Amino acid sequence: MTAIASDTSAARRPISFAFLAQVILIANSFIMLYPVVVMVLSAFKTTGEIFEHPFALPDFTQVQNFAKVLGETAMPTYFINSLLVTGMSVLLILVLGTMAGYAVARYESRTNTFILLFFLAGLMLPLKLAVIPLFILLRDLGLLDSRWSLIVTYTAIGLPSAVFIMAGFLRTLPSELEDAARIDGASEPRIMWSVMLPLARPPMAIAAIQNAVPIWNDFFFPLVFIQTDSRKTLPQGLTSFMGEYTTDWGMLFAGLTIAAAPITLLYIALSRQFIQGMTAGAVK
Amino acid sequence: MHVPHRQPQSMKRRLWVAFLVVPPIVFMSLFVVYPILSAFAYAFYDWQGLARGEFVGLKNFREVLFGATMAPVVWNAFLHNVYALVALMIVQNGGGFLLAWLLYKEPFGFRFHRVAVFVPVVLSTIIVGFLWKLFLNPNFGIVNQALYSLGLDALAKPWLGDSATALGALILANAWHFVGFPTLVYLAGMQRIPSEIIEAARLDGTTEWQLLKNIVWPLVAPSTTILFTLLFIGAFNWFEIPYVMVGLDGSPFGSTDVLGLVFYRTAFGNQSASIQNFGLGSALATLLFLFIVVFASMLTLWLRRREIQF
Repeated sequence: MTAIASDTSAARRPISFAFLAQVILIANSFIMLYPVVVMVLSAFKTTGEIFEHPFALPDFTQVQNFAKVLGETAMPTYFINSLLVTGMSVLLILVLGTMAGYAVARYESRTNTFILLFFLAGLMLPLKLAVIPLFILLRDLGLLDSRWSLIVTYTAIGLPSAVFIMAGFLRTLPSELEDAARIDGASEPRIMWSVMLPLARPPMAIAAIQNAVPIWNDFFFPLVFIQTDSRKTLPQGLTSFMGEYTTDWGMLFAGLTIAAAPITLLYIALSRQFIQGMTAGAVK
Repeated sequence: MHVPHRQPQSMKRRLWVAFLVVPPIVFMSLFVVYPILSAFAYAFYDWQGLARGEFVGLKNFREVLFGATMAPVVWNAFLHNVYALVALMIVQNGGGFLLAWLLYKEPFGFRFHRVAVFVPVVLSTIIVGFLWKLFLNPNFGIVNQALYSLGLDALAKPWLGDSATALGALILANAWHFVGFPTLVYLAGMQRIPSEIIEAARLDGTTEWQLLKNIVWPLVAPSTTILFTLLFIGAFNWFEIPYVMVGLDGSPFGSTDVLGLVFYRTAFGNQSASIQNFGLGSALATLLFLFIVVFASMLTLWLRRREIQF
């Protein structure tokens, strides 16, 4: 650090700047990762060990906390519910989003502007604030306290952005492709399914990740819609779990670690796609 | 590009296009448009539990804004939302801008730092909230444990139990959770700046600070517009972090109460006092909604104009 203070000559400044930048970046990455590391390490400790040696390395063969979380709590059920809800919502978002996006992008129609404006409005409105009427609507439809209540809500929230992502991409495909297929006598559904959609996998992946992560992590809608324990999703189930084991810190950290593991590992494996997908709305 | 046999197929094709657009539009109308329109209507009625009572005009709105029991709570919470917004603009968006600038030069370990800063972003807010709640525990949390082991016992505090520090702790937990998002959005914005511009400025002997202030900051204005608008909407919808870390009542003594908590307590009740008032809840949601729409549009327009000026 003294090098920066004493050496102000212009020629040396880039070096000291690079040094300072490295220090800040390493400190920041440490702050970002260390809490996650402590969480995982603590999951291998007993509560007594956490209290006495919070920063020590644990004995990694002590996996009884994990065994207990997976064997004696409802965590596996919550996990399956989260998988079902996220999977179904993303599937519906992709199907409905591709349908509307395809129609707007590939067929000229006077209603296209109207359709796009309609979905643009959906993109802007925070549905969270309409949770009371949504609650009553779902009750009237008999969907309250079911996984479907979450699936339709998430689909409604995610659909507009998927329409824009799909339409934006599909519009860029050359029309020679479909013209050639039309001359060969292919039907419109055939053209969409066999000619155009196989080319549209990259935007589908972006739309899928952009929606899957917030759906997987959402807590607000399950909190309002779901009461039955066996239908709770992971973030919501985690609150019941944390309330149940308040004093058993080893269990708490093991529960948090298990809840965080799937998405963190997936992120590390597919970081480029995650970053691209999750910032897709804010990066043109 | 004219398709030769469009006319004979037009009826069939129109049906096909309708098949494509009608289901998504019906779905959106049912689960987005209808609830949002009803949200406005519900605010004008009296509610007994889940049953809608008589039309009461603006009574619910008056109660939310000026009522003796509700208004002080609402305004107290509103101030905390404003406080969180300002603090997060500086810490989260400002910090993200600086980190992006450091990453933009692709220093040693660039790829690692870029992945690391985004790790907390992919975690559920519930996990982040519980994690920091445990870390900030007065006796056994690693924050105070670290202060003790450094001999800084005087600085150790019951962070979430002290009304002077609780809101700040929530804001910092939120910043830890999300700083990676503005960082990578700004980084993408900077990477779109033509490198000749920055090279030319460097050759002119521009200082780092001038480069940042006069060239980079104006040229990433579109990213700023989006990030500030998203943060604005997020700050006034703030719910999960406070809910998990300090509970529904915004303890201690309402020092962390925010509008999201007030809304949830009003509309869906809480464990201690199971009252449920959809009328007041809808009025609060409607006001919050109008506030967000009006201010977010104004903010966007102002930031857009700023983009053009540069």
